[in-house]
Amino acid sequence: MNTSDSEEDACNERTALVQSESPSLPSYTRQNDPQHSTTEPKRRRHANSDSEAGCVTHGGVGTATEREPGHGPDGEDEELTLKYGAKHVIMLFVPVTLCMVVVVATIKSVSFYTEKNGQQLIYTPFTEDTNSVGQRLLNSVLNTIIMISVIVVMTIFLVLLYKYRCYKFIHGWLILSSLMLLFWFSYMYLGEVFKTYNVAMDYPTVAMIIWNFGAVGMICIHWKGPLQLQQAYLIVISALMALVFIKYLPEWSAWVILGAISVYDLIAVLCPKGPLRMLVETAQERNEPIFPALIYSSAMVWMVGMANPSQASDTADRSAGRYWHRYCLRISPLIRRRVKLGLGDFIFYSVLVGKAAATGEDWNTTLACFVAILIGLCLTLLLLAIFKKALPALPISITFGLVFYFSTDNLVRPFMDNLAAHQYYI
Amino acid sequence: MTAAVFFGCTFIAFGPAAALFLLTIARDPLRVIFLIAGAFFWLVSLLLSSLVWFITVQMSNKNSAAQQKGLLIFGVVLSVLLQEVFRFAYYKLLKKANEGLLAISQEDTMPISIRQLSYVSGLGFGFMSGAFSVVNILSDSVGPGTVGIHGDSQHYFISSAFMTLAIILLHMFWAVVFFEACERQKWWSLGTVVLSHLLVSCLTFVNPQYEGSLIPTYIILSVMAGWAFSCAGGTLRNLKLCLTCKDKDFLLANHRPR
Repeated sequence: MNTSDSEEDACNERTALVQSESPSLPSYTRQNDPQHSTTEPKRRRHANSDSEAGCVTHGGVGTATEREPGHGPDGEDEELTLKYGAKHVIMLFVPVTLCMVVVVATIKSVSFYTEKNGQQLIYTPFTEDTNSVGQRLLNSVLNTIIMISVIVVMTIFLVLLYKYRCYKFIHGWLILSSLMLLFWFSYMYLGEVFKTYNVAMDYPTVAMIIWNFGAVGMICIHWKGPLQLQQAYLIVISALMALVFIKYLPEWSAWVILGAISVYDLIAVLCPKGPLRMLVETAQERNEPIFPALIYSSAMVWMVGMANPSQASDTADRSAGRYWHRYCLRISPLIRRRVKLGLGDFIFYSVLVGKAAATGEDWNTTLACFVAILIGLCLTLLLLAIFKKALPALPISITFGLVFYFSTDNLVRPFMDNLAAHQYYI
Repeated sequence: MTAAVFFGCTFIAFGPAAALFLLTIARDPLRVIFLIAGAFFWLVSLLLSSLVWFITVQMSNKNSAAQQKGLLIFGVVLSVLLQEVFRFAYYKLLKKANEGLLAISQEDTMPISIRQLSYVSGLGFGFMSGAFSVVNILSDSVGPGTVGIHGDSQHYFISSAFMTLAIILLHMFWAVVFFEACERQKWWSLGTVVLSHLLVSCLTFVNPQYEGSLIPTYIILSVMAGWAFSCAGGTLRNLKLCLTCKDKDFLLANHRPR
């Protein structure tokens, strides 16, 4: 199957781990709090000086914080960081876990995604059906080089588009890619699930199901929708994308690609000339948020009084990219924290765990990779709290995941199998 | 039939632990994080012990069944000792982290006490240990097959489930006693915990004579339960007050507004 270019979009864009002030929005002000009117413009200026977190890409987590005006400096901030830091971690654990559960459940039940019938993506043209180990290794490295270069080129293209303000083009690109995911891939997925469970189904029903699913998804992701529905859709499209990767990437290429993409993520986000960093800095200069959609945002909001969403969306509509405001109702002047994770992270975590589940009958490997990825995510968020700057979310988790995958598969599995055969317990 | 075995064994093995998790840990994000970190530490200890075992197996005579069995027993003992070492390492890490947290935050009390941490980390160890022991067995119990077709025991699945349950709860109790012993510098208690873990693992060598392994394990479980209860500050008086709903502190604590 040759997939079109737009399939890559969901995973091409990169998100940086950015600690930033939230952009300005007239927040609901309590009548009895005169501070807000005076500190509002100050906060707005301060907010605009940092970038809004996260463009649409893989590899990143963004945290936007709006601090209560008039609070003292670091002491109070530290306390709040600690108190709510754990909540952020859990707010990311849950969707990452859900995505992985969906992928693993699909892999274990629907055999379509583990069948290899020789079809490969155009990005990985070298086959792995070779006779010698060396040739296979070489082919997988070549596949990786091609895939990573495609991703680099796409990212640079995206950065250039953004730099030259081709917002309509970017927006159209994103809409096309989410269209494809929500309609075509979910239709394929549904078809395979029906085949697996031998469910008789007619085309009109399927058309209605897919139409509804896709249309609601497009609205939720690109326009307005309940936060939880939007989160659910983002999880589902990440899972679909991950399943496509698991099916169409050859065995060894997939592992090498996972390793290479973590390295690329590290470079792209941390190096001064990295595309992602340039993207973030450009957005900072223009005081704009970077890209809509394809960022998972888990809003944690303390509601004080009534919300005023219409007011929020008026100001939100002002500039070209302020879609993400609509995701998180800005309704309280109190401390609001929001954590965002790029969908590319979801996708690659799920690819790793899905591949662990796909190879063999062993559940221990899957469990080990799952725990390793969660711990990597935890450490990444800890580093974010310490360094408070853009950080990539892929490297630590993927490294842990890869280490634990290979070691559990080769070392722990024979040990545990032997123990289970004799029923010895450790 | 197989579905019944699968669900039955799953609930036997993980039921109490899942209930403990849902009722006491799931609501507090900090505890969840420490639980997963505990699971990670257990995993690392298993990895190291598997590595050593693997190396010894590669160097040994693969055809001699007696030697392989001996190496497996060595692997079990090594694994138990490594688990306890990592439990100690986790304790040290938690102490450091707690002190760090206390230094940074403005509050006077730590956000999570060392006793809660011992409970949570023990449960984390237990979950991971239980999962690794029994998940493959459970997934096999779904599929078509005949238990004990070559003359092995018919009670393989259910005994595995009960053993897993015991191990998970034991890990929790061991962690509570262990951390308390480390806090109070009671090295004898520490030694007893390690020895009881070794004893429980060595008892499984008599499998499939399940009377020889399961019954003593459950006796050890009840002893450790009582010991952990008293380490955590429980007394008969507390227990009575709690059960008759007369414990004022507990009632007040549970009526605080969210």
